Amino acid sequence: MSLDDLYRRVIMDHYQQPRNRGKMEDGAVTVDLNNPTCGDRISVQMRIKDDTIEEAKFLGEGCSISLASASMMTEAVKGLSVDQALHLVDLFSRMMQGEEVDTDEFPLEDIEALQGVANFPARIKCATLAWKALEKGAGESGERLDSP
Amino acid sequence: MNRYAKDFPILGQQVNGNPLVYLDSSATSQKPFQVIEAVETYYKQYNSNVHRGVHTLGSRATDAYEGAREKVRRLINAESTQEIVYTRGTTTALNIVASSYACPRLGEGDEILISPSEHHSNLIPWQQVAKKTGAALKYFTLEPDGTLDLEKAKQAINERTRLVAIAQVSNVLGTIFPVKELAKAVHDRGGVIVVDGAQSVPHMKVDVRELDCDFLAFSGHKMAGPTGIGVLYGKKELLEAMEPVEFGGEMIDHVDLYESTWKELPWKFEGGTPLIAGAVGLGAAVDYLEQVGMDTVAEHDRKLAAYAVKRMEEVEGLNIYGPREDRMGIVTFNIEGVHPHDVATVLDAEGIAVRAGHHCCQPLMRWMEVAATARASFYLYNDEADIDRLVQGLQKTKEYFGNVLR
Repeated sequence: MSLDDLYRRVIMDHYQQPRNRGKMEDGAVTVDLNNPTCGDRISVQMRIKDDTIEEAKFLGEGCSISLASASMMTEAVKGLSVDQALHLVDLFSRMMQGEEVDTDEFPLEDIEALQGVANFPARIKCATLAWKALEKGAGESGERLDSP
Repeated sequence: MNRYAKDFPILGQQVNGNPLVYLDSSATSQKPFQVIEAVETYYKQYNSNVHRGVHTLGSRATDAYEGAREKVRRLINAESTQEIVYTRGTTTALNIVASSYACPRLGEGDEILISPSEHHSNLIPWQQVAKKTGAALKYFTLEPDGTLDLEKAKQAINERTRLVAIAQVSNVLGTIFPVKELAKAVHDRGGVIVVDGAQSVPHMKVDVRELDCDFLAFSGHKMAGPTGIGVLYGKKELLEAMEPVEFGGEMIDHVDLYESTWKELPWKFEGGTPLIAGAVGLGAAVDYLEQVGMDTVAEHDRKLAAYAVKRMEEVEGLNIYGPREDRMGIVTFNIEGVHPHDVATVLDAEGIAVRAGHHCCQPLMRWMEVAATARASFYLYNDEADIDRLVQGLQKTKEYFGNVLR
């Protein structure tokens, strides 16, 4: 368990140059989450049309792991259906619990780099924050579609 | 290792391949074997319920439970053990004062005055009192270095101020607040003062009669004792006038079908079977600290704080919050460009335990204009070598992030 397993170069790249950082105009699903134990805050926005996540953006304050994870998540979910996105949330969450998962299933190769977080139990919540926001946002939009 | 560290069995271990340097005593302190053994002996030799039963073990348990109360009384120089109520910790103690003292007595037009630096446990209960009673919650203004200007603070206390609640030592800034002077000012206006002693009682001599505080709350686990036990001190006449918060066994005098009466102080506040092992452990912790001497503990704390501030200021790009001088052994800081979680993770890899986050002080973080900070806090088992290790770790953190961020 070395620090280099946690702070992989690709993670630091997303931390320093976050993708999809920003705010969308109206018409997007917005989920604000925070991690009350550490003070990290994130706001994830998704534009969902015809069951497809067309675009995702985030704003937030947090550590390298939480912001890099948010950057990767927003990049990965673009163009996915709500179900596909929820499947990714599950895959990611299992990877964080240290389960062997097929990382090829991630539409973005970079996400594999977060695998090392599983060895740092105190940091798992940092990595999963943005994904929890995705789960909540996608789940809520799914409910809206289901109800007549 | 200093001479006290040898008493703390947990400290002799390796963490991530390095000797542990424990710098998170403000969150919870480590326990000397004297305390661990006292708890073990209780469970092995005289575990029994207190204040009931005629049998020998029950008497031994009661003696130990009440004996620890006398030790606590002596530690804070209360007049009587009737003024020492065992609680689950500081949070519970402060909530008892809020719900049983403040709620029935405060109303519209009254003011509660607290500091923006308070721990959530000495802030949210007063928000709740304000909501329930219509009293206004007001805040002292902190100086830029995280101290109070006594003259300004006195002016903030007026005839509407019914209650001032303040920590004697800030768990983030290390500031020592002038509780004695504030107590006088609030008494002159007819109010009471509630002192959060969670970070002071473990680290310095606290004399409730000298401070003339009305209530004092503190936790056992931050003073070398077990978790789950704490103390509410209250002046006898105030506690006597208060209603119990929890009702049930242990706290009653006479029970009828429709009416009941309460035991006398302090037991009317101790409903249910109490944390007997916790009280026994707390008693052993008080013995331990008194053997070292609270003045020695305080002096050690201040010396380490001064040394830490001096050494940490040598680290370029490191910001220290709170006063530079006259502070207790709590040093909160940030390294420019590195999030405190990342700082704490790199230090942990070096075997150094620090806290990162908002330290249960979200309003204070906003006042400091930071989202989170890292914090190193010291106790009697730490020494200058621990701080040297911390400084090395901080240099390493900077180097590491300098490299991975390049």
